[in-house]
Amino acid sequence: MGELKLMKGNEAIAEAAIREGVDAYFGYPITPQSEVIEYLMMERPEERTGMVVLQAESELAAINMVYGAASCGKKVFTSSSSPGISLYQEGISYIAGAELPCVIANIVRGGPGLGTIQPSQADYFQSVKGGGHGDYRMLTLAPSSVQEMADFIELGFEIAYKYRGPVMIQSDGMIGQMMEKVELKDQKPRWSAKEINDLNGNWATVGKPESRERNIITSLDLDSAKMEQHNHKLQAKYRLMEENEVRYEMFDTEDAEYLIVAYGSSARIAQKSIFLARQKGLKVGLLRPITLYPFPTKPLAELAKQVKGILSVEMSAGQMIEDIKLSVECNIPVEHFGRYGGIIHSPEEVLEALEQKIIGG
Amino acid sequence: MDIKDIVKEENLVYTKTSLMTEKVLSYCPGCGHGTAHRVIMDVLDEMGAQEETIGVAPVGCSVLAYEFMNIDMIQAAHGRAPAVATGVKRVMPEKLVFTYQGDGDLAAIGTAETIHACNRGENITIFFINNGIYGMTGGQMAPTTLEGMRTSTSPYGRDLPSMGNPLKITELIAQLPGTYFVARHAVHTPAAVRKTKKAVRKAFELQKENKGLTFVEIVSNCNSGWKMAPVKSNEWMVENMFPFYPMGDIKVDGELVKK
Repeated sequence: MGELKLMKGNEAIAEAAIREGVDAYFGYPITPQSEVIEYLMMERPEERTGMVVLQAESELAAINMVYGAASCGKKVFTSSSSPGISLYQEGISYIAGAELPCVIANIVRGGPGLGTIQPSQADYFQSVKGGGHGDYRMLTLAPSSVQEMADFIELGFEIAYKYRGPVMIQSDGMIGQMMEKVELKDQKPRWSAKEINDLNGNWATVGKPESRERNIITSLDLDSAKMEQHNHKLQAKYRLMEENEVRYEMFDTEDAEYLIVAYGSSARIAQKSIFLARQKGLKVGLLRPITLYPFPTKPLAELAKQVKGILSVEMSAGQMIEDIKLSVECNIPVEHFGRYGGIIHSPEEVLEALEQKIIGG
Repeated sequence: MDIKDIVKEENLVYTKTSLMTEKVLSYCPGCGHGTAHRVIMDVLDEMGAQEETIGVAPVGCSVLAYEFMNIDMIQAAHGRAPAVATGVKRVMPEKLVFTYQGDGDLAAIGTAETIHACNRGENITIFFINNGIYGMTGGQMAPTTLEGMRTSTSPYGRDLPSMGNPLKITELIAQLPGTYFVARHAVHTPAAVRKTKKAVRKAFELQKENKGLTFVEIVSNCNSGWKMAPVKSNEWMVENMFPFYPMGDIKVDGELVKK
């Protein structure tokens, strides 16, 4: 068993990054995730593992520092919150195009615009449907506890290197700020230059020896035929991710007549809503997508054969509901409920919405 | 007549540096970029630094610099090359890292990245090609376009009250404590090329000594964008660009050069 600690989600993700053997963190302060860089600066990871931590002059600079360090095959982590992630999008598109592995955490806050510093889940579209320009997808992990904030660092890097692309950990201000018990993994050593070479298939820009051709990191090809081929290659990776990387959790679905679909903080709240529903004799289950992309389409389609209706619960005006509707192909009613703009819904509100929109509807 | 009949081996005093690839340059005939590439790669070749160098290409005419420079290279988003180079250098501090950027990339869209990389004193070298115009996109006004200079977005000449002043970003970054060596040169004559080469070498050697950021501006012609024949464009550059962007060292050993 690893070390047990009581930590904020933002601190847990930072500590997990050090223990993962991450080579560098680049970031820019923004509420509600500034504790990530504050924790890293306080911990002096350059002394613990040699990890580099740098506060950039902007999110634009931070994500491009990530691009540079990731080009060298190094494990690079960054974090921000919604308005900052909007600024990251250009860089994320380049990272996806140039096929660079890295892990990005978004501790989502309410929007649009400067919005609010309170929790929100209104960045589903931004992460799952693109965000930046061009045909790319980003594997998106949605933690619902402080423990998962820590665990998804390791998982995120594993996936990022497996598919050579950016991985998003999409959390929110509630999980970032709340304290919970977390079991931390033991310290992993940072990769050596040889390991980077072996693990990375020798694509990284680490200086050209006589023995190999130049390594070039670029997302550019002026020849459209070649660019189409490159896009085919990217799409093939996404199909593989859809095949192999779907993650989800189910609660009380065996006998469920009604289903709630919720991720992250909303899934925690919905668990209580199910409990309240069951006390009233209502057979309600919960499906919690852990990967928002790739979305758990197949298990949801299966459950749609069993339940009478689905309530999508997220702290937004309704974004994930589009993927739910696509999954169940309009075979059963699907409705949305959620508070937004920084308001967190209560378990009672969720149950009430379920009764009104799905059970009574 | 074969080329071998003209260039006899005993007369061969100039060969292609091994650190340039076989790829035909995409630059317009007469443009200074090719010479600037050659000078930088010559220096790295002489330093035996191919394996220890990582270059960062910008967006602009030199977006394809990685096709011509025979080293590991990264193509950066528009203006972000100093941030990308910072990321590289921080995780590979033992490597020589440089960016190669034009005026639009470095002094307009990338101004923040330029100034902050300089101010942090990142141990990288920035090569700044200043031709006072956006070449790749077809000759629009650049931050360094001179007063009165005609471009496709200043067709009646750069009007200072409405379009702002040409930006002397090199003098600006020389003021910052993080820059150690700042110089401005050109590549339009053999004598100018020799001076540029000396500055390039100095910049890389200082980077090896971890002295801070080294910055070499190369004022260049853009005969296509300026709509002049190559020779005429170089004459125009000497007459018009050099008085506003004077040649020589601006900061040496971390101290501003007194004029």
